Amino acid sequence: MRVLRRGTLGTLGTLALGGFAILALSAAPPLSAQEDAAAAGKVVYDRWCAECHGETGQGDGSAAASMLPRPRDFTQALYQIRTTGSGQLPTDADIRFAIENGLPGTTMPGWPNLTDGEIDDLIVYLKSFSRFFGQGPAPEPLDFGSDPGGGPAAIEAGAAAYLTMLCEECHGLSGRGDGTSAPTLEDWRGLPIRAADLTEAWVLNGGSSVEDMHTRMLTGLDGTPMPSAIDAMNSGVVSPDEVWQLAHYLASLGPREMPPLREVIRVGRAEAGLPADGEEEAWAGVEAFYFPMSGQVVQLPRNFAPAVDGLWVQGLHDGSDIALRVQWNDPSNSPDPNWDEWQNKITAALDLDGAEPIALDSAGAPTARPPDAVLLQFPFEPPEGTDRPYFLMGDAREPVYLWTWDSETGVGAGRGRGLDSVEPLGEDPVTGEATWEEGRWTLYLRRSIEVESDGLDFAEGAPMPIAFQAWDGSSAEVGKRSSVSTWYYILLEPPASSTVVVTPLLAMLLTGAFGLVLVRRAQDRRRDG
Amino acid sequence: MRSHFWNRSAALLAVAAMAACGGGDGGSSEAADDAGEATPAAAAVDPSTVGTISGMANFGGMVPTMEAIDMSAEAECAAGYGADGPMAQSVLVSEGGLANVFVYLSEGVSGAPAASGAATLDQVNCRYTPHVLGVQSGQDIEISNSDNLLHNINATPTENRGFNISQPRAGITSTQRFQVAEVMVPVRCDVHGWMQAYIGVVDHPYFAVTGADGSYSIANVPAGDYTLTAWHEEFGTQTANVTVTAGEMAVATFDYNAEMMGAEVPMGDALVLEHGTNRIRVERTQ
Ligand code: HEC
Ligand code: HEC
Ligand SMILES: [Cu+2]
Repeated sequence: MRVLRRGTLGTLGTLALGGFAILALSAAPPLSAQEDAAAAGKVVYDRWCAECHGETGQGDGSAAASMLPRPRDFTQALYQIRTTGSGQLPTDADIRFAIENGLPGTTMPGWPNLTDGEIDDLIVYLKSFSRFFGQGPAPEPLDFGSDPGGGPAAIEAGAAAYLTMLCEECHGLSGRGDGTSAPTLEDWRGLPIRAADLTEAWVLNGGSSVEDMHTRMLTGLDGTPMPSAIDAMNSGVVSPDEVWQLAHYLASLGPREMPPLREVIRVGRAEAGLPADGEEEAWAGVEAFYFPMSGQVVQLPRNFAPAVDGLWVQGLHDGSDIALRVQWNDPSNSPDPNWDEWQNKITAALDLDGAEPIALDSAGAPTARPPDAVLLQFPFEPPEGTDRPYFLMGDAREPVYLWTWDSETGVGAGRGRGLDSVEPLGEDPVTGEATWEEGRWTLYLRRSIEVESDGLDFAEGAPMPIAFQAWDGSSAEVGKRSSVSTWYYILLEPPASSTVVVTPLLAMLLTGAFGLVLVRRAQDRRRDG
Repeated sequence: MRSHFWNRSAALLAVAAMAACGGGDGGSSEAADDAGEATPAAAAVDPSTVGTISGMANFGGMVPTMEAIDMSAEAECAAGYGADGPMAQSVLVSEGGLANVFVYLSEGVSGAPAASGAATLDQVNCRYTPHVLGVQSGQDIEISNSDNLLHNINATPTENRGFNISQPRAGITSTQRFQVAEVMVPVRCDVHGWMQAYIGVVDHPYFAVTGADGSYSIANVPAGDYTLTAWHEEFGTQTANVTVTAGEMAVATFDYNAEMMGAEVPMGDALVLEHGTNRIRVERTQ
């Protein structure tokens, strides 16, 4: 239906334009090339961009109110992705870069489906929203100098430059966006904005290469608190080479690309016994699996601006017990009154889909400070074939087994029959604890592999479905406003060869990937309204 | 009466000019000295054609109490304040005079000397000095940091291009300009949420900012009829009609009181965020 409407509009637009062109030919002087391009750009824009950026380019499209950051308002010509100085207009190439690549970490997708010509037209049309373009000389890129090269010495020098420049005030010592000023940051609309998590380079708006980050540091990101470092460099606080080294340091903080999606958490046998907590050195040698999380957008109230975007999971077993370590970045150790203002702003900024916002007391403080939380779910009954319960905490027919943790009550277990139906299982033997340090939670969970009283049985060599859910309390995430993953598998490796499970695993891999597609599709559909 | 006022204003002229930070040739010989040469505009003024506008921003009644600012995150800055600690600066009243009112000719100016000299904005003990600055369009604004810690200077105009520059040490200077008139341009530091300044940009040198005692003075105004507008961050704007006669002083006084708190305050293009409902409504106040 949606496609139909778009198609119709698109055709109508083209027809109208065609008519206009004919009129123009017969009567008035021909449209200038610029006007032609703008008119063609409008057709593409109205079809693909207006839903978010709004028909008049003010960033107020029908889908905008549930997003953070909001779509850009083109009328002010505030562009983050530039090669020009702070406050300057972007070059055409800069705008093209943003359209082609999208802005990772936001809802702004890349547009590989558009032709070069269509993007040219779009650029002309986007610029026509703002009176700033066309005034004065064309914007010129800054001189970025040349990269003196990376390597351990450069990274070390870059780490020192990070401290000299006091980047940690916003981004935190770890770079995870947990600096002292982080809870108070606002974009140019007064909406709350995160100091970027520099350890997850793949979600940086302007790209994850050393050059990208170097450029962003010198240009700043207009419309956000991220300042340009150019005057500090020109005043000699750091040298041009040190700014490059700082970019190499940032690039060393984590993987540049999103870790490849893997379906199965392989839980190896710990020969030297299980680690007793999440801090033990032994974990360093254990393979970590990354699972991306997306906002829960299937049931109301939906979450289009999820705070937790991924979890790292590691596992070990010793034949009788299983231990898991789950780590994720969250700049706030909720509940934390330092983040009250942030929580209030998020509550006010987002369309909560009819959910009751957290009320404020007379002094303006929130009346509730939700905890951070994570939940692991497994099928309640041993799975048969590739059948798995509904990924949003099961349903009445097929309940799920839950391992729950939140920063107030700690670890527990429960039986889930859907997102709003959880029944605690008091006698469950799962134990564990979590610690928060410099913007990262480390959760340690432990349980015996086989328990008589329940159906959860991690038999060696038999893959067990597993899915995740997460909440950031300080971002007012409670109940259904969470981050979710699709189903994956956890597999306790038997001591000997593992070839036995290859065939069923392959089958499950396929369905797992399909599950992710489903989540994405559900998300897109909801977003389309 | 008149001459009494004249004396008082003359004595305060330097203060007002300083508050305006050498805005154009607003009568300050210091601005000319700073630029290292006599400004062409100042040289061109024929005293037989110009007069002065002077006056007060008077504050009557109860003075609203300013909230204390929690600067504990920056001990170095907090140490710069007395026992009471730092207070918000939005309403500063001293002996019935209201400081930080930006007063400028909003109508009647035809032609004006080009901007000359530089205006300065400093960051001292995690505050902007001055809190309200007037500049002429195209005039250099030298922004410096006297604190040996990180500030970012984030200017968010709507008629002009903004900027956002970090100054992680004392001694860094950034030079910026606004090309067109805009009253006012908000300036803030994202590291220190309490740091806020306003820059009034007009396309002539006939402006001033009221000093600590509430007085202001605008010199070298060509004889004629004008509208004078006074802008304050809490009390919004007021206007007055003035006639300037060559060689004389015209007086324009603005009256304020606490009941005017919360008035609509025009910003270059203010975005009013309405909480209360789930959605934030963004609208222009102008
Ligand atoms: C699903 C919503 C969505 C759609 C559809 C969308 N955008 Fe965006 N776009 C965004 C958001 C959100 C941002 C701002 C991200 C931020 O501020 O970090 C953005 C930012 C931009 C920017 C600004 C980049 C910068 O430098 O700041 C450009 C240019 C842009 N979009 C162009 C387009 C074009 C062209 C289209 C259509 C082909 C389009 N967008 C479609 C959501 C969308
Ligand atoms: C005043 C707070 C503040 C300071 C100081 C600051 N940043 Fe940022 N930075 C931000 C914010 C906020 C963002 C996110 C902007 C966004 O999401 O659009 C950001 C984003 C970034 C990005 C990601 C750019 C992208 O493409 O998304 C990089 C890289 C970065 N900062 C590096 C640095 C470095 C290095 C320093 C020190 C030289 C620094 N920042 C200082 C607030 C700050
Ligand atoms: Cu500051």
